[in-house]
Amino acid sequence: MNPELQASAPPRSILTIPEYRGLLSWVSSVDHKQIGIMYLLGALFFFVFALTEALLIRAQLAVPENTLLSPELYNQIFTMHGTTMVFLVGMPLILGLSVYFTPLMIGARDMAFPRLNAFGFWVFLFGGFLLYFSFLAGSAPLAGWFAYAPLNEKAYLFNTGQDYWVIALLLTGAGTIATAINIIVTVFTLRAPGMTFQRLPLFVWMTMINAFLMLFAMPALNTALVMLFADRQLDALFFQTGQGGSALLWRHYFWFFGHPEVYILILPVFGIISEVIPVFSRKPIYGYGFLAGSTVAIAFLSFAVWAHHMFATGLGLPVYYVFAGASMLIAVPTGIKIFNWIATMWGGSIRFTTSMLFATAFLIQFTIGGLSGVAFAAVPIDWQLTDSYFVVAHFHYTLLGGMLFGIIAGIYYWYPKMTGRMLSEKWGRIHFWLMVVGFNGTFFVMHLMGLFGMPRRVFTYPADMPYLGSMNLLSSCSALVLVLSLLIFIGNLAVSLYRGEPAGDNPWEGWSLEWATASPPPPENFERVPRIRNRRPLWDRQHPDQPESPLEAGHGAGEVLS
Amino acid sequence: MMDKNRMAMLLFIASETIFFAMLVIAFAFFHSSAAAGGGEPFGVLHPLKTGFYSICLFSSSFSVWRAGIHLPANRRRGGFWLLATIVLGVVFLAGQGLEYRELLLQNITISRSLFGTTFFTLTGFHGLHVFIGLILLAILWVLAVFGRDGEPMPTATESVSLYWHFVDIVWVVIFAVVYLWANR
Repeated sequence: MNPELQASAPPRSILTIPEYRGLLSWVSSVDHKQIGIMYLLGALFFFVFALTEALLIRAQLAVPENTLLSPELYNQIFTMHGTTMVFLVGMPLILGLSVYFTPLMIGARDMAFPRLNAFGFWVFLFGGFLLYFSFLAGSAPLAGWFAYAPLNEKAYLFNTGQDYWVIALLLTGAGTIATAINIIVTVFTLRAPGMTFQRLPLFVWMTMINAFLMLFAMPALNTALVMLFADRQLDALFFQTGQGGSALLWRHYFWFFGHPEVYILILPVFGIISEVIPVFSRKPIYGYGFLAGSTVAIAFLSFAVWAHHMFATGLGLPVYYVFAGASMLIAVPTGIKIFNWIATMWGGSIRFTTSMLFATAFLIQFTIGGLSGVAFAAVPIDWQLTDSYFVVAHFHYTLLGGMLFGIIAGIYYWYPKMTGRMLSEKWGRIHFWLMVVGFNGTFFVMHLMGLFGMPRRVFTYPADMPYLGSMNLLSSCSALVLVLSLLIFIGNLAVSLYRGEPAGDNPWEGWSLEWATASPPPPENFERVPRIRNRRPLWDRQHPDQPESPLEAGHGAGEVLS
Repeated sequence: MMDKNRMAMLLFIASETIFFAMLVIAFAFFHSSAAAGGGEPFGVLHPLKTGFYSICLFSSSFSVWRAGIHLPANRRRGGFWLLATIVLGVVFLAGQGLEYRELLLQNITISRSLFGTTFFTLTGFHGLHVFIGLILLAILWVLAVFGRDGEPMPTATESVSLYWHFVDIVWVVIFAVVYLWANR
């Protein structure tokens, strides 16, 4: 690279790459980078809907005995909020970052099956449109995101909303399975020379394990969905309790998918955190082997804990013991990860960029969500708190305070790579602090609301219950702050695309392969893939005078160090 | 390293295994609860008649294996074995159609009893997979007969035959559970 030549050229950005000009180059694309960005934009699109729904919920609950939304409409709004956030925001964010960065980080030209990759994106997008079309077709689904039987049956919900829900989830599920297969094959067959599994970046490790989770969890949802669809369209009897069908079967099948699903949403975020924290602490990751291995442990355990969602259904004590024990066990590999990240930060020269701030907040907030999760695994506590706002607080701490904070850390980290421009750090900091205040203000009080007996999924609450009014008002006001922070984020994403500082190839001095190519990467990704002799190929290139210590370079380095 | 098409097909099969396993579990679950509760009888199937059609499907696994041995070098022989596979698959599907007709004439439908619900859903989804397999085999056959030299690619033949073996094995399980174990 000739520095003078570079200086005279206009700054490289995603807007100046000729191959990426024009709408047609995007909708007809099979390039994993364009598909990854379209996934992220699609997620952003549905995120705006889900945020609007969240605001409506909070507006309705701001004061007791509110009549802003009818109970019917309220049910639709919270069902759509949950379904959208899980399937149309969380999943595409995860998949978008996965298909964008997996090939780059292993030094590949593209995914193993580029057209299958495009298929996955387009069925997700149209599945999402179909779900939202239900509003125009009479009624949105209104049985909650897990649509318990027999409420999900025609006898109780005659309108078509639930059918749209089934078809939309089947479509996005098919796309997810296709992409999961694609990711696994890519990692197994397209790694650059020297990129052994021992040297794989942790984001790729966790994305790959996550793909296995999707591969085995999504078909369980599909089975449940086709059974429900047979019930609703062909009058089959699977979940018709009046005629011998079983409502519990739906719950078993749904949660056999549903619990792995929540790990599907968090595992790649663990990967992001494992990339962000070492780079901004200027230290190699602590306990590489343990981070990868504990992810495998979480993936296995996630299939053995689904009944902890069903403690209130009377399954019997032996079942409770097994599932409570297995659920508590998950805290062990998760705790190992948290300690590894803290140990990575320990003694490092930490640069608190916006990305690092979000990663740090992730550590704290996800731990809070994890602790309330461990509490829930105890059956008596679950009996007391199930279906209360304590649950809402718990999963928003893991999914919003955990997943979304981690994803945003990843976006601040990788936006320069994806677009060639830096996000504004000044607005990033404002975004961060407003979001921390807004998020904790909205959801921390929900722990207390749940303990005080406020049930979830009910459109209002009586005025004479102590403290509920003031806590809900606090929560609703904080939700406004939260939404304001996200609007700032969206504005930052848009404005920085045009006004952001040019990023250069490696603005954060990262060590993994995506930083070895231009920002944004050219369509063929790499002119030459650097030599890979250890876990930090770019360290060698930046510091040829300081080779990694023998411990670092060796295969078993992570294990010995940790 | 493993061929990427073959690996993708194996992963897809792994995913489909979960799908069918859950349908089979639902069938077994409702069979057991019906037996306990004295619900609708399950014993209305003809294991012998369906057994004949099943043998057609099982032997098609053999013929698709033969096709894979001859393709793409000897496309005439490969094409013959592919055609044999397709015919056997079609015979199986026809047999399933006749069986459905007989059940429906006895007024055993998907909505009448839990047996009907689980039976038609499980075997119906298997039939759908056989049908998709037939489309894939037909594509291979067209390539074998009308394609250029070297077509169909060995990796395509191999992936499709993996899928076909899978459909076959699923039927082994379904036949054992639905026709032999539950049909009493």
